[in-house]
Amino acid sequence: MSDNTVIDERINSKYEAGFITDVEMQTFDPGLNENVIRKISAKKNEPEFMLEWRLDAYRQWLEMERPAWAQVNYPEIDFDAIAYYSSPKSQEDAPKSLAEVDPELLRTYEKLGIPLHEQEALAGVAVDIVFDSVSIITTFKEKLAESGVIFCSLSEAVIEHPELIKKYLGSVVPVNDNFYAALNCAVFSDGSFVYIPKGVKCPMELSTYFRINEMNTGQFERTLIIADEGSYVSYLEGCTAPSRDENQLHGAVVELVALKGAQIKYSTVQNWYPGDENGKGGIYNFVTKRGICHDDAKVSWTQVETGSAITWKYPSVVLLGDNSVGEFYSVALTRNAQQADTGTKMIHLGRNTRSTIISKGISAGKGSNSYRGLVNISPRAEGARNFTQCDSLLIGDKCSANTFPYIVSKNPSAIVEHEATTSKVSDDQLFLCQQRGIDPEKAVSMIVNGFCKSVFKELPMEFAMEAGKLLEVSLEGSVG
Amino acid sequence: MLNITNLKANVDGKEILKGLNIDVKPGEVHAIMGPNGSGKSTLSNVLAGRDKYEATAGTITFGGKDLLALEPEDRAREGIFLAFQYPVEIPGVSNLEFLKTSLECLHAYQNKPLLSAVEFLKLAREKCKLVDLHTDFLKRGVNEGFSGGEKKRNEIMQMLMLEPKLCLLDETDSGLDIDALKVVADGINTLRSPDRAFILITHYQRLLDYVQPDFVHVLSDGQIVKSGGSELALELEEKGYSWLESGTEQSANPLKV
Ligand SMILES: Nc1ncnc2c1ncn2[C@@H]1O[C@H](COP(=O)(O)OP(=O)(O)O)[C@@H](O)[C@H]1O
Ligand SMILES: [Mg+2]
Repeated sequence: MSDNTVIDERINSKYEAGFITDVEMQTFDPGLNENVIRKISAKKNEPEFMLEWRLDAYRQWLEMERPAWAQVNYPEIDFDAIAYYSSPKSQEDAPKSLAEVDPELLRTYEKLGIPLHEQEALAGVAVDIVFDSVSIITTFKEKLAESGVIFCSLSEAVIEHPELIKKYLGSVVPVNDNFYAALNCAVFSDGSFVYIPKGVKCPMELSTYFRINEMNTGQFERTLIIADEGSYVSYLEGCTAPSRDENQLHGAVVELVALKGAQIKYSTVQNWYPGDENGKGGIYNFVTKRGICHDDAKVSWTQVETGSAITWKYPSVVLLGDNSVGEFYSVALTRNAQQADTGTKMIHLGRNTRSTIISKGISAGKGSNSYRGLVNISPRAEGARNFTQCDSLLIGDKCSANTFPYIVSKNPSAIVEHEATTSKVSDDQLFLCQQRGIDPEKAVSMIVNGFCKSVFKELPMEFAMEAGKLLEVSLEGSVG
Repeated sequence: MLNITNLKANVDGKEILKGLNIDVKPGEVHAIMGPNGSGKSTLSNVLAGRDKYEATAGTITFGGKDLLALEPEDRAREGIFLAFQYPVEIPGVSNLEFLKTSLECLHAYQNKPLLSAVEFLKLAREKCKLVDLHTDFLKRGVNEGFSGGEKKRNEIMQMLMLEPKLCLLDETDSGLDIDALKVVADGINTLRSPDRAFILITHYQRLLDYVQPDFVHVLSDGQIVKSGGSELALELEEKGYSWLESGTEQSANPLKV
């Protein structure tokens, strides 16, 4: 007899962001060919170079194969059954201010707890909101412009700042990097663009909120952040989607460029619809995220992944410059039938480069949670150091956790440390908590929060609380 | 305070407690002794409300309430405390955080004012000293990497913090060296008061040398087969249990240490 009957018996599900927004949409017919790509590009009034870039990516994608190495199972995706562009009709003429935005859309974000009116906004957080394929509005643009910071939708940047786009788009994640990245290059619809000028510390937190709403559409957004020499920016993204029975594809690409001495802190709270308790529906989250560090620069990824039916993502850092620093802090929660294969790659090219990886995987229900990480030390990375810690926590006994650490060290002066643990929330622990007056839900959340502490402390203050609460809600029903 | 009448209980479908009666009044200390497997831990688990332990007959009232109708956490909030025979570890959750959460839950239920962070910390440090644990323990995970003796001290520390009405100690004295045993006994004696009761489950007389019980009960095969005053414990130490079990005539004392 299992020693986890209490936990097993009580697992069920709850997803609070699962509502549908009823606005008139303009959605392309499903299907993918060069014509569709031309239509996307035309919708956005893109310059010729962008269309050529997309078409080139599409042709390369046609030759590529779907990656099969991840510890995730899902049926073959029919890429011709997906619609590649969907936008609220009211966005036809891009609204210039909140007053012009369809109130129904604004209500969506109210319901999700995302404050958009600048006077009500979380102190010091500017938001870009992306709804299906388009960016709806970006707040605090003028205020940011005062310090020279550019924060706008990627579509706008393509038109307004083509020189930066030409120089940096695809410079960190090459077009043919992988199957899903290539697809994104061909059909990406919108996303955020950030440029922080030399020596500027961005005066507020920047964030993008992604929402998938329309049925049978894929969301393929791109984010490009360029931190010029000696600058600093902290950026946060959040994601949700309605509860639907069909699986939906989300294939994003994020590129971070940290020039000499710059620092980029990138945090994600990913809460895409995870599917129901039987594994029906949910988002397929296939994402490529990578940052490049020049001399003395630092890129830090923090992610809290609680949603998606399948998560496939490995936010990575290329430590190109000497003395550069890469960090990866991750909490990934899978429950019900969710599957996550996530981790990072730290590519040490420069001398005295340092990287830290802290990964916390939590599995409940029938969830499957894998950490996959690569630490690669090149021959010239004299004095490189890495520290990796991977901890797994199991709730119940139908879930699983795996760790796949790959280490390639070609420089004998490098120091690479790896620690891994697996533990379990047992009935005994829950009973101890109950016997001390703590109800089981609070107990699980306390145990899980304790487990995640070292990652949560890396999140910007405002979001650390939110992440804790999100875990709590996600775990609600895991026991009591 | 606690009244158990004709209690029968199953574990995994097997009857372990077979009609048990005990009445505990405020201020009393009851010792329950008995051979291994007689059902002592089963009794403490049934009282605390552990899932797999199912009462099939009889009643338990605690402070006038039907205890069996309450969730385990509510029994704790009503004032029942169980010091575990095998305390479990909760890595990553500090003792401090655990105690704070626990105390907040109890106080909220009992309509007591919540302690400030400073008051709480002061209290926790005090109790730590009482059980001879370094205050560094407060920052460590609950029982994480604690030795057997440290775990038992930690149970007593929690008991001192939570100030329960009824303290159940399940073989807290087993496996302890004499110093730790004294710490446990001191903890109990500190808490002894006219409105608080204790049930000490133990194999040995030695704890009772420090904590004088008002009543001693012998549990055998799921029933109380004999009750008496503190002198009964001494007699058991002398003669063992077999003279109490019907049909056997053993004289050797298997418990003599
Ligand atoms: N969790 C359990 N599962 C199955 N049997 C149990 C369990 N706990 C106790 N028992 C059985 O119940 C009987 C009484 O055990 P217990 O109450 O632990 O005795 P004691 O504490 O007096 O040594 C024993 O026969 C034991 O094997
Ligand atoms: Mg026992």
